[in-house]
Amino acid sequence: MTRETTINLVLALLLLGAPMLAASLGEPFYVTLATRIAVLALAAVGLNLALGLGGLLSFGHAAFFGLGGYVAGILATHAFNAEPLFAGIPATTSMPLIWITAVAVAGLVALPIGAISLRTSGVYFIMITLAFAQMIYYFAISWPAYGGEDGLSLSMRNAFPGVNTAKPLPYFLICYAALMAALLLFRVVEGSRFGSALQAARQNGTRLAAVGIAPFNIRLVAFAVSAMITGFAGALYADLNRFVGPSMLSWHMSGELIVLIILGGKGRLFGPVAGAMIFVFFEYVLGGITERWQFFLGLILLGIVLFARGGLLGLLSGKPRHV
Amino acid sequence: MSEPVLEIRDLRKSFGALKATDGVSLELRPGQIHALIGPNGAGKSTLIHQIAGSLKADSGTIRFLGQDIGGLDMAARARAGLARSFQISSLAQEFTALRNVMLAVQARQGSSFRFFRQVTGDKELIEPAMVMLERVDLAARAHVPAAELSHGERRQLEIAIALALAPKAFLFDEPMAGMGPEGSKRLTAFLDGLRQEAPMLLVEHDMDAVFALADRVSVLVYGRIIASGTVDEIRSNPEVRRAYLGEAA
Repeated sequence: MTRETTINLVLALLLLGAPMLAASLGEPFYVTLATRIAVLALAAVGLNLALGLGGLLSFGHAAFFGLGGYVAGILATHAFNAEPLFAGIPATTSMPLIWITAVAVAGLVALPIGAISLRTSGVYFIMITLAFAQMIYYFAISWPAYGGEDGLSLSMRNAFPGVNTAKPLPYFLICYAALMAALLLFRVVEGSRFGSALQAARQNGTRLAAVGIAPFNIRLVAFAVSAMITGFAGALYADLNRFVGPSMLSWHMSGELIVLIILGGKGRLFGPVAGAMIFVFFEYVLGGITERWQFFLGLILLGIVLFARGGLLGLLSGKPRHV
Repeated sequence: MSEPVLEIRDLRKSFGALKATDGVSLELRPGQIHALIGPNGAGKSTLIHQIAGSLKADSGTIRFLGQDIGGLDMAARARAGLARSFQISSLAQEFTALRNVMLAVQARQGSSFRFFRQVTGDKELIEPAMVMLERVDLAARAHVPAAELSHGERRQLEIAIALALAPKAFLFDEPMAGMGPEGSKRLTAFLDGLRQEAPMLLVEHDMDAVFALADRVSVLVYGRIIASGTVDEIRSNPEVRRAYLGEAA
């Protein structure tokens, strides 16, 4: 077992064990905090596929996070009011159905956004993905039917067969399982033929084209899959907070996801998990001391970018292995 | 005579006022090594870029296996069977030599949208890739990242990748560059045997290699082909001697 595998295992057990302990001690707040870590990490695992493996610095992933959230919010609101969605299609409060819808919507929206954005690269790619996300953000703000600027509250958490989702620990376990499934998917895709092509597209797009694989097609599929995972996280986030608002779609959120990945370690399997742990920890601890906690987070980020390019995982486990 | 594999007609490319390719026509026939020589800045690499599709020609036609490929992008031309090497090695630096060749094998198999089966341990990729590395004497360095290979080894790896594509024609842009006399000699012998697999358009500065290998030689000066013929014809051509070969020939 490599050192990185050991660290990954420790992080996975820590994230599972801490909220279980907190629940047994009657401290539901910490369970919610751990759920927040799991969901943010899940969103960042999605972005890590595009950014870490494919080198695609999307500054618009909040769009997919928010879309997933609004799918959950809108479906739940309609179901609660017993109104059909449109054309008589009934809404639902079933989490699995909501997740499938959220993933599908995120993927379908990502395809045209990716198809246009991926014609550019570098700073232009960053700016175009940001522009698309901001369009969706302003659209949400100006659409009063679903709360507009005030967002949308869910009167209760959506349902998962056989689980009492209203309790913190069962809901945490759902989110944790989702995170682990996404990590498994990430690892499998990374080692597959598609993952090889995607990483080659990051390292040297010309080389990939010279052997006859069009980098555009590979990147587009990666962008869509990445958006689908982030959209899934968005749906879970809405249920966690029982609220969805335009802030989920804003560029701050896109930036946070990038920060999580850089903190934890870009392109590394557990980079997003480590990043989300640091982020939420500082948000909670420093946030309790000062309202300006993001200033200190900025300092840490600066230190990592300057001295530890591999993020926390790079610092702890050294260079990535060559395969 | 058999049909040309690659046929270029009146190709033109300008960068502002500079005519980098000025009405170039040439043919590559089966079993042939066609060398393209000329002084620095003559437009040899620019020509290779246009044939491979990394640069778009302003006008003219490029026919490959009877099909006009002028509108295809680089990846599509590679899939059609044009394998190129780069003047400056262009590899996936973080991947090992083996993974670089496996990528080419995977491209040839047309299987880049498989998401589950792992490539490490995939015999369909590893075995053909190892064969190619053995052919260029690089098998012992299969598990070294491309970034850590020596200059000469990277040149060998570029050739192995091109071989793995099982192409219909090779485009080699200065494969000997910076290889040293011993390496050049070995590579010359290797390329000599390659013409049976696919014809080759070879840009090269090493005149010993060119004269040993080429069935035809075209001399490019300021974007124009000033002479084209057999090695002997080119050697004795007074214009070529003046423009390029100088005292050495």
